[in-house]
Amino acid sequence: MATGAFAEAGADLELVGVHKRFPGFTAIEDLSLTIPAGSFFALLGPSGCGKTTTLRLVAGLEEATAGRILIGGKDVTDTKPFQRPVNTVFQSYALFPHMSIIENVAFGLRRRKIADATAKAHEALSLVELDHLATRRPSQLSGGQQQRVALARAIVNRPALLLLDEPLGALDLKLRRQMQLELKSIQEEVGLTFLHVTHDQEEAMTMADTVAVMNKGQIEQLGAPEVLYELPRTAFVANFLGQSNLFTGPVADTTADSISVNIAGSKIVVPKARAKRHSGQVTVGVRPEKLSLHVTAPEEAAGTNILGPGRVIDVSFSGVSSQYIVAVPGLGSIIVFAQNMGAGPIAPEGAETWVSWRVEHGFGLEDEASAAPRFTADDDTATIAEQKKHALMTELEEA
Amino acid sequence: MAFSAFATGTAREQVPRRKSRVALLLLMPGILYLVLFFLVPLVSLVITSLQAPSTFGDVGSYQTAFDWNNYVVSITQYGDQIVRSFFYAVLATVFALLFSYPLAYFIGVTARRWPLLQNLMLVLVIAPFFISFLLRTLAWKSLLSDESGFVTGLKALSLLAPDAHVTGTPVAVVFGLTYNFIPFMTLPLYAALERLDTQYLEAGSDLYARPSTVFRKVTIPLSMPGIVSGVLLTFIPAAGDYVNASREFLGGTGTAMMGNVIESNFLILLNYPAAASLSIILMVVILAIVTVYVRRSGTEDLL
Amino acid sequence: MTVQEGLVIATAVDAPQPPRPRRARFSLGSWLLPVYTALALIFLLIPIAYTFVFSFNNSLKSNISWRGFTLDNWTNVCNAQDVCAAFGNSILIGVVATVVATALGTAIAIALVRYRFRFRSAISLLLFLPMATPEVVLGAGLASEFLGAGVQKGIGTIIIAHIMFCISFVVVTVKARVSSLDPALEEAGRDLYGSPAQVFWRITFPLLLPGIIAAALLSFALSFDDFIITSFNSGPTTTFPKFVYISAARGIPAEANVIASAVFLLAIVLVISQQVTAASRRKRLSRVG
Repeated sequence: MATGAFAEAGADLELVGVHKRFPGFTAIEDLSLTIPAGSFFALLGPSGCGKTTTLRLVAGLEEATAGRILIGGKDVTDTKPFQRPVNTVFQSYALFPHMSIIENVAFGLRRRKIADATAKAHEALSLVELDHLATRRPSQLSGGQQQRVALARAIVNRPALLLLDEPLGALDLKLRRQMQLELKSIQEEVGLTFLHVTHDQEEAMTMADTVAVMNKGQIEQLGAPEVLYELPRTAFVANFLGQSNLFTGPVADTTADSISVNIAGSKIVVPKARAKRHSGQVTVGVRPEKLSLHVTAPEEAAGTNILGPGRVIDVSFSGVSSQYIVAVPGLGSIIVFAQNMGAGPIAPEGAETWVSWRVEHGFGLEDEASAAPRFTADDDTATIAEQKKHALMTELEEA
Repeated sequence: MAFSAFATGTAREQVPRRKSRVALLLLMPGILYLVLFFLVPLVSLVITSLQAPSTFGDVGSYQTAFDWNNYVVSITQYGDQIVRSFFYAVLATVFALLFSYPLAYFIGVTARRWPLLQNLMLVLVIAPFFISFLLRTLAWKSLLSDESGFVTGLKALSLLAPDAHVTGTPVAVVFGLTYNFIPFMTLPLYAALERLDTQYLEAGSDLYARPSTVFRKVTIPLSMPGIVSGVLLTFIPAAGDYVNASREFLGGTGTAMMGNVIESNFLILLNYPAAASLSIILMVVILAIVTVYVRRSGTEDLL
Repeated sequence: MTVQEGLVIATAVDAPQPPRPRRARFSLGSWLLPVYTALALIFLLIPIAYTFVFSFNNSLKSNISWRGFTLDNWTNVCNAQDVCAAFGNSILIGVVATVVATALGTAIAIALVRYRFRFRSAISLLLFLPMATPEVVLGAGLASEFLGAGVQKGIGTIIIAHIMFCISFVVVTVKARVSSLDPALEEAGRDLYGSPAQVFWRITFPLLLPGIIAAALLSFALSFDDFIITSFNSGPTTTFPKFVYISAARGIPAEANVIASAVFLLAIVLVISQQVTAASRRKRLSRVG
């Protein structure tokens, strides 16, 4: 219960079989999730994936259609927001415009009749280094300052669980990076459980201990940022979290610890431990920065996958690295990131090139082959027309 | 799982009901009030409009009937006033629009750089609201009377026949209607023009449109919502007004509008069915015009 | 390209001038529009000035021709028969109608923006119609209802009528304010342990207050100046506009001009002081920010 004491420490959050349906669409479908106490958890996904709805369900601002929500082992599904030991940093900050900064920060404490509300509010403002602005109105503060006040207003209540609804979205890039670090250090300092909703994959990976990638109201994959990046489970995760080169083909050969997939005549080997499926049509992938670009045909060697020859169709320079797009006949486009160690590109536009990568850098996805991305980039009109035609024909056949 | 699904299922049913109870509580008093004192009166007006005089009653005593003939009588007897009402209202609306558009444009667009001046001018536009409607009109009656400097001046310049009058003529009535409803036209126009992004105008001139073309193709369409609400806000009260056209104000013998007829039938002649049927005719015609006009101009969210 | 065209382009590139269309627009608007605006505003103020000037007229029974300056009308406003009583009635009616209409209309405005319910469009129509109905119809309708129900007309029926036509205007004014209110503010209040009542009184209400005050002022102005609806439903009671209407036939006493001018001055002072405080607040904010 909210009145009286502060939460001793962060609490577990547990969602069990949560559904949320709005008139006309389903925002969340059968979501189950456990966030351990004291962790920094990020819900990552594109807009409309249900991440904000999840947050609002936890805050009590929406009511679940089905399922239970437990905070610190206690069922809070049917309680009101002001009865939950949870506070939110809103996307728009939602600072009360008719109150001073200090009144804003003390608002929650006063409602809970906690002693020394003003002193505690000043303390919280000092934590975000804004105590000197305590008597100002929110409209007199910059965006970054407002964001910090919103944070102070939430953490001053020592909630068992702090919810962050894209709180950095309105800030410019530099301030954003700075606030990310501050947020992380404040979380470590106060030891609360943070649930952070964002669509910025870099932000999620920098800040969170655990990242859950959400898509269409469900969690696609959950884990430490490194694991998610290294071993994406689905094509969605592989492409939402960074970029990936994905290829689909039948498994041609299996050894004790690896599978070999036939991709347009070439064989690509993936360790069994890094592949979710070991037979049938399989989608395999590799990150662009794991690829090496060669201007002469590299020698076949165990432990290396080689694709090519292809032609460089685009080079874009971005400072520390350059991005090359290599078109390989029968395979489509392959993206390669390469460090700019020498002067000028490794291979100029139009050059004949090969790409290679170490077998242990590849991964195999769990997705059904049909759901996996196509061989070719799917953003040119010809491909889209082809896909439309294909979809239409399947539809006609089914009918 | 089955248990929790069942439990939340009932919870879900509770939620909208509780919420709608709050909404009902908020809506009920006001809506009930409007039903009681706006909707029921309209129904009562319809019933009254069909009443027939009591068989043995005094003047002003009527009994319920379905005497549709009242409408025929009203239309034939007061056809002139009905036509005149809408004619005067249309003229006043057109004049008010022509008068207000440049004014609203200057205040809303040109004067943007000087917010203080802008606010001062707005205050001046609404200033007539703060002085009694009737006194304003009476002031014009004095200013336009035969003895006034304005009329004697016109006569001295031979712009007006020596025996002519201004007050008591249709010109004075339309003038009064226009003057009194100008702020109703200017304010919505201002609101629409104030939001107009001048970059659209610049884009128009950038794309080879001459100033007049920019005005016709960009400014007017973008200020259409303001024009629509200004026209409605002027036309409706102008069509129903009876102060300007009344003989004690700017009107004369041949200027009576529907409002005057309704007033005299209701309050003086105690011919309630005639007054009611005329009111219903006025209401129906106005609603028809409003509906068609709003549909045509494509702005349906007035509220 | 002809030589002349080339020349025009070359000179245009040489001398950086604003593009032609823009120059044309400003050359026309630069003097015509301000002059027109000034004349138009003066035109709007003529009857006000007339009313004000004639409040100092040393008039006899009627106040039509100028008979010399006096302050008597201002110092002894209540000399004229009934004018003060009528003014008092108008104030009383205005205050009561404003309070009730503002309360009812604000509740509706909140419900319209914040809740989903059935018959929404019917309710919107019911709120829109009184504004689209000519006053004479509103007045005659209510009067026929009172007639049918055998209600004695008087100050009570005037108040009932005024509340009715004010509600819609309150809804429109407050609704704009409610829609511009970020729902996250109230959610933040609930999140920060505010009970529903606390959230309403500490967050929603203070934030809606400017809109509610504006609606109340509008209601009062509408009620105070209403004549048509009042005349149908007043019975023997006289309000200030009704007093003016009745006296119009035999001449308005100068005291009526005094009251109208005083109300006008008060309203203008209110509006201007509100504008000045708003402007100074903006200035202060921009200096700090």
